[in-house]
Amino acid sequence: MASRARPLNLTAPALAVLLLALVLAPLAAVGWRGAGISLGPADWSAVRFSVSQALLSAAFSTLLAIPVARALARRRFPGRAALITLMGAPFLLPAVVAVIGLLAIFGRSGVLNQALVAVGLPPISIYGLHGVVLAHVFLNLPLATRMILQGWLSIPAERIRLAQSLGFGPAETFRHLEWPMLREVLPGVALVILVICLTSFAVVITLGGGPSAATIELAIYQAVRFEFDLGRAAGLAGLQLMVGGVAALAAWILTRPAGFGAGLDRTLALPTPRGWRRGIDGVALTLSALFLALPLAAVLWRGLPGLSDLPASVLPAAGRSVLVALTSALIATSAALILALAAARRPRPIIEAAATLPLATSGLVLGTGLFLLIQPFAPPISLALPVTILVNVALSLPYLYRILLPETRALHSDYGRLADSLSLRGWSRLRWLVLPRLARPLGFGAGIAAALSMGDLGVIALFAGERQATLPLVVSQLTGAYRTEAAASAALILVTLSFALFWAFDAGGRRVAA
Amino acid sequence: MGFSIPDHSVATWRKTMQKQLLAAGLLTIAMPALAETPVLTVLTYDSFTSEWGPGPAVEKAFEATCACDLQFVPAGDGAALLARIQLEGAASDADIVLGLDTSLTAAASATQLFAAHGKTPATNLPVDFADPNFLPFDWGWFAFVHDKTKLAAPPKSFEALAASDLKIVIQDPRSSTPGLGLLMWVKAAYGDRAPEIWQGLADNIVTVTPGWSEAYGLFLEGEADMVLSYTTSPAYHLIAESDDTKGAALFDEGHYMQIEVAGKLAATDQPELADKFLDFMLTDAFQSVIPQTNWMYPAVTPATGLPEGFDAFRPAKSLLLTPDEAQAARDAALAEWQAALAR
Repeated sequence: MASRARPLNLTAPALAVLLLALVLAPLAAVGWRGAGISLGPADWSAVRFSVSQALLSAAFSTLLAIPVARALARRRFPGRAALITLMGAPFLLPAVVAVIGLLAIFGRSGVLNQALVAVGLPPISIYGLHGVVLAHVFLNLPLATRMILQGWLSIPAERIRLAQSLGFGPAETFRHLEWPMLREVLPGVALVILVICLTSFAVVITLGGGPSAATIELAIYQAVRFEFDLGRAAGLAGLQLMVGGVAALAAWILTRPAGFGAGLDRTLALPTPRGWRRGIDGVALTLSALFLALPLAAVLWRGLPGLSDLPASVLPAAGRSVLVALTSALIATSAALILALAAARRPRPIIEAAATLPLATSGLVLGTGLFLLIQPFAPPISLALPVTILVNVALSLPYLYRILLPETRALHSDYGRLADSLSLRGWSRLRWLVLPRLARPLGFGAGIAAALSMGDLGVIALFAGERQATLPLVVSQLTGAYRTEAAASAALILVTLSFALFWAFDAGGRRVAA
Repeated sequence: MGFSIPDHSVATWRKTMQKQLLAAGLLTIAMPALAETPVLTVLTYDSFTSEWGPGPAVEKAFEATCACDLQFVPAGDGAALLARIQLEGAASDADIVLGLDTSLTAAASATQLFAAHGKTPATNLPVDFADPNFLPFDWGWFAFVHDKTKLAAPPKSFEALAASDLKIVIQDPRSSTPGLGLLMWVKAAYGDRAPEIWQGLADNIVTVTPGWSEAYGLFLEGEADMVLSYTTSPAYHLIAESDDTKGAALFDEGHYMQIEVAGKLAATDQPELADKFLDFMLTDAFQSVIPQTNWMYPAVTPATGLPEGFDAFRPAKSLLLTPDEAQAARDAALAEWQAALAR
């Protein structure tokens, strides 16, 4: 085993170091240009608000996802596959588009308030901490559901059959099968969501309702753009990384491998309890489907009218975005697979850190730092697309890693020794063992990576030249020039393309696995 | 330009791919250095360079006279421009920075990266404006925009607005220049009473957005009765959408101005061409493009006059802090704003 493992073992730590360098070097470059790090009271209140809204968002998204994932895992109903696919969509929405979609339902003149007023009830306001959490749950509940569902589907059929033959009721099933699975999956899910929400910017300000809803990222914006205080920006970004690091450590400590052992891959439907549990599942599915579908429908509805007179620049921009997305997804998936396979063999803090911290980096500091690092060697504009791809890889890798890790762990403990004893190594091991067994999470993860890479404009803004606009940049240019209708349509195209990429990878993975 | 893979021979595919990579900008390092025509690089904000912004028409008109290649480099918004030029320092490839406003020019001058323009052009600004480093190219008045069919009698002052139960959306002064403009507006109009005005406005503010476009989007979605924008915003709807329902509320205390300026970088390698561009900037060829692309008032009214709607909402009084006053007032005004709106 040792001889086989060596090449991978070297690749993974090297990759981890590279990733960490990609996160830390720009931060250091920004701090170096600044004149010492100093944080004021407003910064600390931004830190407090960032952390508390992120904790709440992660807790609600994760806890609410459990009943939805369980219902999806054990019930069969028409439209189930469509609902699972739909679960990819909200997560892929650019923040501003998601906010507009949510406001169409929950806003002051949204559907919900119109209905409340019509029946004589007082209207509700979405603006405030609760609105921020609502939006984050909308964006992240589907991701959490999909990751937890993956966990449910990975419980071997043999264990379920054993449970049935032992006459387990729902309570025993939960204690002996579902809880161990959740112990393995939940910490990673909560961690990813916590860290995404920590760096959330547009959603928090727009729905926060006032200046108290200020996040670390807003303080960084202010420091870089209005004060050019790079020391403060670096300090804030470092603090954000530290919070992300502490969260990663906590998740690492809390995670317990489920240790179900290998099965024979028989498909066996999970027990479907009757009575009130059936009702609970129905309620969870209906509410989550409505909660996700209504704002999405609003996005679709708003985008349709302007489709006919979109500016010509949308097409090449869309082409560039798809090219960037596919390249990023390919690199990110390969890198995440290498890291997750290595981490399954032997847990290593450096890999955990490298696969988490990119999420907690400040987009603005990352962009600014890369700009400072590249500038002495080449005009940054000439490297716009490579830098975009690099940043997309770093930012989407953490999701992929979290999605793959439980599966690579199971793969290692179930098949590692068998494969070693058969001298199944290198490409053939990848071809005959790893890729087939991980097809489902790989497809899902690659889909997430591709779709995420269609978005993200924050980092690229510093590098973008006149002739390299990507689709998100065109959307932002349109909204900045009063063209709200055209912007809504361009955003719809962006979302549709992201979703199509996600769907192609995800469905591909599921088909191979089935 | 598509990215589909043609199904003929591999060689052709490679060639096509190379072309596309070139077009995608992956291999365009140092190409301008080989060109013979001089290149003038203008760093500006995104919406100036977009195909519906002033950029394309300005580029065409200037290149017709200068025997040069005018290249716009977009760099986010106005505040991002200043950060960008400070990041690049003297190593910047840019010759001109276009799109700063007067709340940023004091900080911009302090960097000593800009060169004096040495010009005293006549402009049609409603206030006196002269800056050794920067020339104005357009300007506007901040105003609260509303739907006339839903709000027939808009408030006539901040105090009336605060006393009403109208809902407004504003921009965050920590991330957006209009947001900062509103801060200066209240400060210029009320001085020490500014915190009191903000406290009065607190229950009118639905939310604060990161930038202008988010706030305007929320207003159009019906999330608020009024939005902080410009007196010329209704003209956009009138001209581009034939929609006469939008109005701008005129306030008795006067309206704060945003003056957008351009300046030449001291480290430019094209000083004559840069001067030529600054001269060109105040001619009709440039100025006549501004109203219906940037939706602001041109600094020099072109011979053809202003489009319809630009005279519909003209405040009687203009307010403007000097760049130094604006710079000095900012931190305290920001702290007052945060304290007054904290819940």
